Amino acid sequence: MQTVTTSMTAPADGGMPMPRVFGAYLAEIRSECLRYLRNPGFMLPLTLFPTVFYLMFGVLMNHGHPDAARYLLASYSTFGVMGPGLFGFGVSLALERDGGLLTLKRALPMPSGAYLLGKMVMAMVAAGVVVTLMLLLSVFAAHVPLSAAQMLALLAMGVLGVLPFCALGMFVGTLIKGQGAPGLLNLVYLPMSFLSGLWFPLSAMPHWLGAIAPVWPSYHLNAIAQRAVGLSHQPVGTHALVLLGVAAGLLMLAARRLRRYG
Amino acid sequence: MMATKEGKPMNTSASCVAALRGVSKRYGRVQALNDIDLEVRPGELLAALGPNGAGKSTSIALLLGLIRPDRGRAELFGLDPQRIEARRRIGVMLQSAVLPLTLRVRELLRLTASYYPSPRSLADSATLAGIEDLLDRPYGKLSGGQQRRVQFALALCGRPQLLFLDEPTVGMDIDARQRLWAAMRALVGEGYAVVLTTHYLEEAEALADRVSVMAQGRVIHEGTVDDLRARVAVKRIRCVTSLSSDQVLAWPHVSEVQQRDRCLHIATPEAETVVRQLLAADADLRDLEVQRAGLAEAFTELTRDAEAARTDDEREVA
Repeated sequence: MQTVTTSMTAPADGGMPMPRVFGAYLAEIRSECLRYLRNPGFMLPLTLFPTVFYLMFGVLMNHGHPDAARYLLASYSTFGVMGPGLFGFGVSLALERDGGLLTLKRALPMPSGAYLLGKMVMAMVAAGVVVTLMLLLSVFAAHVPLSAAQMLALLAMGVLGVLPFCALGMFVGTLIKGQGAPGLLNLVYLPMSFLSGLWFPLSAMPHWLGAIAPVWPSYHLNAIAQRAVGLSHQPVGTHALVLLGVAAGLLMLAARRLRRYG
Repeated sequence: MMATKEGKPMNTSASCVAALRGVSKRYGRVQALNDIDLEVRPGELLAALGPNGAGKSTSIALLLGLIRPDRGRAELFGLDPQRIEARRRIGVMLQSAVLPLTLRVRELLRLTASYYPSPRSLADSATLAGIEDLLDRPYGKLSGGQQRRVQFALALCGRPQLLFLDEPTVGMDIDARQRLWAAMRALVGEGYAVVLTTHYLEEAEALADRVSVMAQGRVIHEGTVDDLRARVAVKRIRCVTSLSSDQVLAWPHVSEVQQRDRCLHIATPEAETVVRQLLAADADLRDLEVQRAGLAEAFTELTRDAEAARTDDEREVA
């Protein structure tokens, strides 16, 4: 096909060498991380909620139950990991659809997928920060004996476990535009955390609540977290599969809504 | 109009950098665009004018690949606008886009430049847009006019061959607007093509090589600014006179008279006849001025004509 030739130095066919395309992905990831880690309105609630809850219930009000401190380390880490996924994806997508940034990015030659990849990595970094803070508290304040392998396992749970909640946040972000998103996400976040035993063990709650708990993705992530800190020895393959299915399903639904309605 | 509806061979696409060919687009019951043709040629500044809802934004969205036409074809450099290769050759400044508030201007520029194959240097982009002093400030701390200048820098930083500027000078003070105009002229001088939508007619008048006037989803006029003015025969006469406005309004060929600050403002298609009559009727008449209508009058008249034509159509149909 014949194309316009001009005296300008830009390659006339719009081609781009692979290293530069790769660089564009990296630049997008770097910007998303900087942008949110710099924003106290985003980072403070996400780190304070789980750590303060843990300090209160796992350390101050816990009188000599090392297993309770261990259980709550895993469950509040799960709670803390859900936040960056739900809010990092959901709120920012809802606001950016409203504010025109998503439209601008679609018009610009941003490589496809860089937008979602950037937010995903940002949520993974934020989840890593939350779990690290939780581990510091559990070791230095709650004195939970943890092996290096257990710590690494919990960190891996956080960094990977945030992904299904990214997908859930993204789906909610396609349902609602603008300022309504945080409220709606809290309506998902808080009840789901409570109902899957992240605040109090399910054994301390009515039996029927425990029976429906496997409906919630957070229940499955918590099961993996409990295994990571050594409180359970059940196999976690099924839980991981459920989370993977949830992530894939919601991602597809959200991507379809984004393509259709923008 | 340049474009024709019979599908021309592809190599005519080379004579223009962006085109809409026989495009229609409907949103629910609203016909946003009705079979329009639009071409942007290399190195020209095309201004798209028209009242709100005329179809300017829809046309831009089609050319950017944000939406797809119901009928017809949108092309960027002869390609589908949704192809990233096509969009690597354009720069974009949208009417409203809230950029990340916590990122510094330097970081925003670096990010946007990373999307392009051979972008301008950061310093170069900053100088062109006049934002050298803002580079280390967070975007959220800038004034509205400064944010617009940053968005302009983002539009040009990729060294694109075609710039889309949607209402670029809204919210700018006069000084900033003049500087942006100068930058746009410099870019066109370098060989860039620019598509500009604007509410400010003086902006189109000052910058545009070609003007495309849209109304009700159609292109109702296309040509140079002078063409557009010439389309409207009305001339404006201004003078200080003892004659009353009612008196003058009663004369033949006079379409409008206004009394403002002891001056009489007369609109007429027959300036020579009316001036002769004025001088005959008032020997003390002074400060006489005759002007061709500005773009504003031409524009108002054109869109009014289009409105009238449409109502006539509807009457015929009914």
